[in-house]
Amino acid sequence: MRYKTDLPVMMPITPREPTPFIGLKPWQILLIALLAFVGPSFAFAQTGIPILTPFAILFDWAPLLLKGFIFNLVISVSAMALGTALGALLGLGQISLSRVTRGFAWFVTQFFRNAPWLVLLFFAMFLLPFELNLFVLKIPFPDWFKAILGLSLPVMANVSEIVRGAVKSLPSGQWEAAESLAYTRRQTLWLIILPQCVKRMLPPWMNLYSILTMATVLASIVGVSEVMTLTGQALAAEGGRPELLAPFYGFVLLLFFAYCYPIARFTVRLERKFAVID
Amino acid sequence: MSWTPADPMVSLRDVHKSFGTLKVLNGVSLDVMKGDVICIIGPSGSGKSTLIRCINALNDIQKGSILVEGQEVNDPNLNKLELRKKVGMVFQQYNLFPHKTALQNVMMAPVRVLKHDKAKAEAAARALMKKVRLEGKEDAYPGELSGGQQQRVAIARSLAMQPDVILFDEVTAALDPETVGEVLQTIKDLAEEGMTCILVTHEMAFAREVADHIYFTDRGVIVEHGPPATFFKNAQDPRTKEFLSQVL
Ligand SMILES: Nc1ncnc2c1ncn2[C@@H]1O[C@H](COP(=O)(O)OP(=O)(O)OP(=O)(O)O)[C@@H](O)[C@H]1O
Ligand SMILES: [Mg+2]
Repeated sequence: MRYKTDLPVMMPITPREPTPFIGLKPWQILLIALLAFVGPSFAFAQTGIPILTPFAILFDWAPLLLKGFIFNLVISVSAMALGTALGALLGLGQISLSRVTRGFAWFVTQFFRNAPWLVLLFFAMFLLPFELNLFVLKIPFPDWFKAILGLSLPVMANVSEIVRGAVKSLPSGQWEAAESLAYTRRQTLWLIILPQCVKRMLPPWMNLYSILTMATVLASIVGVSEVMTLTGQALAAEGGRPELLAPFYGFVLLLFFAYCYPIARFTVRLERKFAVID
Repeated sequence: MSWTPADPMVSLRDVHKSFGTLKVLNGVSLDVMKGDVICIIGPSGSGKSTLIRCINALNDIQKGSILVEGQEVNDPNLNKLELRKKVGMVFQQYNLFPHKTALQNVMMAPVRVLKHDKAKAEAAARALMKKVRLEGKEDAYPGELSGGQQQRVAIARSLAMQPDVILFDEVTAALDPETVGEVLQTIKDLAEEGMTCILVTHEMAFAREVADHIYFTDRGVIVEHGPPATFFKNAQDPRTKEFLSQVL
């Protein structure tokens, strides 16, 4: 096809496969990049300085860093669970028949969706008490718990939007068919609308989870001993040697990559599958 | 106040409906007796869909009266669910529930809405699938069925609620020509069994064959009506004549 015009027009976009970079898969490229990062510390090690090689040091610290990383995952899963539960409620609020409920849910959603995650985390950290007094019962609020609360707020707002968007994306004929069969609104929602939405919500929800997992390192800024905090402490304990920075932080990167990349791939596959079915 | 089967099953009096400032129905009156099949024809945008959607309260009206078995539909205290148990509806776009099989589509409302026993509802649903000639397709999902088959499932789904009257809104308009016949046949069967049907249709030959009464609407009013024999032969109004000359 030729477009006869002298106006500067945008040509039709042809969808491309992910750029094949000298015939390597993305994960191979990342591995090479990491090695390149970490390489200099090998070289340094071979000069024969009688100290432990950076990798041996990293090896010693790895179990602790792994534990820290698992803590990140615990935070991410908890914040996701809490945020999803609250967000689902808020999302249903956004499609409520009551104007007041709708307006309230919309406002809360927009407020938390447009707030920087770090600021929300700070708010949760410094506004929540360190313990809650329920008559005789004292429920402590440790830092990690506040971090979960803080991170669940933006998750909640995003889940709320995902729910609303999925419900709105269904053709109105589904509502009308259900109404004309005398289903109540509640039945329509739970038996007909929401089951169809789950499929549509899954990819963006998993995407959100990936983003949340990577955002858990923000908790290091407010002093939770997750992987970044521990890495910093380990480096300090080793005397802050600059050649250790790359292997240590490279290791942390690798951990996140190994966890998040498969999720991303799986999300893409789900999206493709659902796109075909619809 | 007390309705008897000798009274009209559906009775519209001076019905007015507008969407915002757009007046869509400007005083429509008609009566449908039990067992009647009436066809509403008319140009696009004349308010046919709106008219029948008012009967099961999918649309509300601003003025006038709609009685279904003596019950006023234009009433803020109307129990819509009770009304809709009596009035079935079949749509142009089928609107089957895509996450449920054909059989589940048919039996779900009797189980969930009418609280029928599940085994009984399933037996009834299977019988209906047979009636609409879809035996063997019970476990197919809507996406695996042709348009004509989906529409017949939709008819079965509506029948499963045992309504007293069914509204059909251009139910063959989205179908391939080859499958229109099978859906019309299904409706014809229903009509012969005495089901009260209110149809919006563009299928003139079909209307002539099955309808007891034809209504021609234009710009929100009924311009002319009568039994098919006289309606198609001796249309009086120039608007009716023009429309018929285009579609016949
Ligand atoms: N929900 C709505 N909101 C606003 N306007 C509407 C709505 N539904 C219908 N209308 C308008 O009302 C008028 C009548 O629409 P209606 O669907 O009843 O016509 P119709 O006779 O069924 O036409 P067709 O043969 O194309 O189906 C049209 O002008 C349409 O644009
Ligand atoms: Mg219409």
